[in-house]
Amino acid sequence: MLDKNGIAKRIAKEVKDGYYVNLGIGIPTLVANYIPAGLNVVLQSENGLLGIGPFPIEGEEDADLINAGKQTITTLPGSAFFDSAMSFGMIRAGKVDLTILGAMEVSENGDIANWKIPGKMVKGMGGAMDLVASAKNIIVAMQHVNRAGESKLLPSCTLPLTGINCVKKIVTEMAVMDVLPNGGFRLLERAPGVSVDQIKNATAGKLIIEGEIPEMVI
Amino acid sequence: MNKTVDSADAAIAGIGDNMILGLGGFGLCGIPENSISALIRKGVKGLTCISNNAGVDDFGIGLMLQSKQVKKMISSYVGENAEFERQLLSGELEVDLIPQGTLATRLLAAGYGMPAIFTPAGVGTEIANGKESRVFGEKEYLLEYAFHIDYSIVKAWKGDEYGNLIFKQTSRNFNPLIAMAGKITIAEVEELVPAGELDPDHIHLPGIYVHRIFQGSNYEKRIEQRTVRPRI
Repeated sequence: MLDKNGIAKRIAKEVKDGYYVNLGIGIPTLVANYIPAGLNVVLQSENGLLGIGPFPIEGEEDADLINAGKQTITTLPGSAFFDSAMSFGMIRAGKVDLTILGAMEVSENGDIANWKIPGKMVKGMGGAMDLVASAKNIIVAMQHVNRAGESKLLPSCTLPLTGINCVKKIVTEMAVMDVLPNGGFRLLERAPGVSVDQIKNATAGKLIIEGEIPEMVI
Repeated sequence: MNKTVDSADAAIAGIGDNMILGLGGFGLCGIPENSISALIRKGVKGLTCISNNAGVDDFGIGLMLQSKQVKKMISSYVGENAEFERQLLSGELEVDLIPQGTLATRLLAAGYGMPAIFTPAGVGTEIANGKESRVFGEKEYLLEYAFHIDYSIVKAWKGDEYGNLIFKQTSRNFNPLIAMAGKITIAEVEELVPAGELDPDHIHLPGIYVHRIFQGSNYEKRIEQRTVRPRI
């Protein structure tokens, strides 16, 4: 099984040279720590920045310079600022190559639910609905099962949807899967020490297993 | 074309009960602190506030929630605010949650004189309920209307007497968009300069969208999540 950093490390391998990438809050944010040195990658923050730098050195934090999680950050050589309409304009226009975000549920046809649990306080969708409706390539980083031990990979989502037919790939503590255009989670890799049967048992939606499933290389 | 007013209190003249206000900012970044204080002093009530977020309990729009001046929030994300949650659950406050890009673009549309936009955000979800949609190519889009705002209030880094504005770093966020959507737009700035001092090539928002401008003071600029790395 992978821990959160392991999931982030595996997802970092999906990031290619020249990519513009939007990272969601939580595990996706950790991906930035594992992007291989030497790759030219620009991170987008939907509050209006391309080129997110590391956290500022203590004492140099600036209230006017934050990421979408409201954390103080820095810029990098080549960074650019813009307003929120242009930010979602570039997202909607498909200029951002890869979006990595968390989820509460994903369905076997690529629907995602990650913004609302009925009966609980609803904080809002923020930019998630815009991102999943437009991104060319969406990778979900999440745990395979919820705290109650129930699968988060379902035939269809039970929670209110954030977007439909949009998730391309899922990385969990147990497995890497892609979502096939005609539906179904195709198992691509197992986490170290995890068996295909364990993954099968933790997946409520249709799991497609073709041939030998290799172990992840991280 | 001198749009300068003396104070926040003078700038918000005309704002009355039950009006629709737009407020710039993302989280606590780039919020019009001085004008929010003036609105609290004035005590206007029943406000509908269009703003990406609703502040925190003791800062930003959160202060206007404490003084029970807000009837409805139109936002994309309203976490981090216990008083907000209390008022929402007790039915004192209405909230309309809108995808962030839809919110930004509905403001942009107002400032560009367009009545509506088409966006794919929310297709197939509950926010599409009751909305017109149309297919372009093979993709479905929702029809979303431009916002009409009585008074917009924004914060900029620098401005001149003509209302031309320059924003700093990520405090730009929703500010130019909120400004463009207002029937009357109020700008507070950290530094107000005479016309001619700002390079026309560096203006982020031309003053035609701004009706009143004043020099703000005592900015707290509170940080919501202070994340740093140690000095080695």
